[in-house]
Amino acid sequence: MIRDITIGQYYPSESVIHKLDPRFKIIAGFIYMISIFLVDQIPGYAIVLAFIGLTIGLSKIPLKYIIKGLKPIMMIIIFAFVINVFFTPGKILLEFWVLKVTREGLYRGFFMASRLIFLIVGTSLLTLTTSPIKLTDGIERLLNPFKKIGLPAHELAMMMTISLRFIPTLLDETDKIMKAQMARGADFESGSIIRRAKSLIPLLVPLFISAFQRADDLAMAMEARCYRGGDNRTAMKVLKYTKKDIYASLFLILYLAGLVLYKLM
Amino acid sequence: MSIKVENLSYIYDEGMPFETKAVDDISFEITSGEFVGLIGHTGSGKSTLIQTLNSLLKPSKGKIYIDGKDLSDKNTKKSELRKNVGLVFQYPEYQLFEETVYRDIAFGPKNLNLSKDLIDQRVRESMALVGLDFNLLSELSPFELSGGQKRRVAIAGVLAMNPKILILDEPTAGLDPMGRDEILEQIKNLNKEKDVTVILVSHSMEEVANLVDRLIVLDQGKKMLDGCVREVFKEYELLKEVGLGVPQVMELIFALNQRGFNIPETVLNVEEAKKIILSHIRGDLDD
Repeated sequence: MIRDITIGQYYPSESVIHKLDPRFKIIAGFIYMISIFLVDQIPGYAIVLAFIGLTIGLSKIPLKYIIKGLKPIMMIIIFAFVINVFFTPGKILLEFWVLKVTREGLYRGFFMASRLIFLIVGTSLLTLTTSPIKLTDGIERLLNPFKKIGLPAHELAMMMTISLRFIPTLLDETDKIMKAQMARGADFESGSIIRRAKSLIPLLVPLFISAFQRADDLAMAMEARCYRGGDNRTAMKVLKYTKKDIYASLFLILYLAGLVLYKLM
Repeated sequence: MSIKVENLSYIYDEGMPFETKAVDDISFEITSGEFVGLIGHTGSGKSTLIQTLNSLLKPSKGKIYIDGKDLSDKNTKKSELRKNVGLVFQYPEYQLFEETVYRDIAFGPKNLNLSKDLIDQRVRESMALVGLDFNLLSELSPFELSGGQKRRVAIAGVLAMNPKILILDEPTAGLDPMGRDEILEQIKNLNKEKDVTVILVSHSMEEVANLVDRLIVLDQGKKMLDGCVREVFKEYELLKEVGLGVPQVMELIFALNQRGFNIPETVLNVEEAKKIILSHIRGDLDD
């Protein structure tokens, strides 16, 4: 169950999308996120769907895998949907007790749910198709101009990568400790909320201890290899824009043009 | 308590691109009181297999019967099962969490809703079983202890549930030779004196050769060999092929035999080997 979480994970493959420059992908990710908020009617999402669908197709990541990644946030999506369905004033379709289902509510519910799904699928595509090393490199390069005003670009990028890198490790660890405690009769799944919260102690204490231990070990290993922040560090593989990135930018512009055109019409 | 496994398979990420068959159509039967070594290379499916025995993982295919009860049956209670089948994970010291050794060991029995007196008795018993001094250690924090002691506390935490079947996943990994021998000795005693069925998971032939009655060898999720230790070691070539090998004594004997000696290939430990080799040499001189 805990292994289902795929947020922030990399899916190795040799697709065109994987080979794009990480800097381009990060910027495109931002543009994509903003573009979703530009759309204010459901039909506009057809264009977004076409764009993201094509990107997923090109990335060669199985749709099943991406849908699996949506599972952990399903609750949030359902919550957003329900809130909108019941609390939007408008033409009443159904009414029971104090709850009213309105036509506008249904519309807004679908709208918000799809907005959330598009947001998450789009952003997870970024980490799914970009290896942590490339991602750090990309973030660092993009933040470089801000170094002049004292932003520790390299350190920030490094911190982000390390946290992404440790998501699966910590999940594995959680799974292991959970099982070990279950083997000793611990019950994580039943009882009142207070009982359940209490039952998490045998899980959280060992997890925190090992996380701190790991952080300490990692810091030590980096020290031992003379790691020293960003100054004068060079990359083994220097990022270069290629023709692929130009085609991808054209594709992105096409998508934006489509959206603008739709808005004007 | 007996274990019966029928055509068991376990597949990780079924239907996903990372799909892996960790356990592939394995069947075996372990009778009550047996001491079985489960041996295999890293990734051979040992850890997955033992987790299904405790119902922590649900098998993709096949059936498991513990004491005749089908695990997939809804009437088989998981709490009852986990009380009877104790599972000690690899590096079990990572599961310690309580403020004192006493309370950590008492965690299992407490979950079984035992009375306070009975819990106290269980904690004392299991600490004695793993060779920990109750008066000295029970009120210390488990995090103050040495690595070997932590390991013992964790094992005691499982023993305190009084399992009829004890499964240990590489209980000696990362311990010094003395700590290793002591823990193995204690497990052996547990099997002999309390008639607990023990499954010892290991990748070291050296470790299990002198200890267990029977060996089950796994390779890439499949059962490769199953039999008493001497029988299994006869398949020297096959074991070597899958990267497991046999204890050094055995290797010596095989090497000697290749050079014209005729030592029976059923020797297990250094003492036995010494006697036989000496008698062979003397015998040769007599001729």
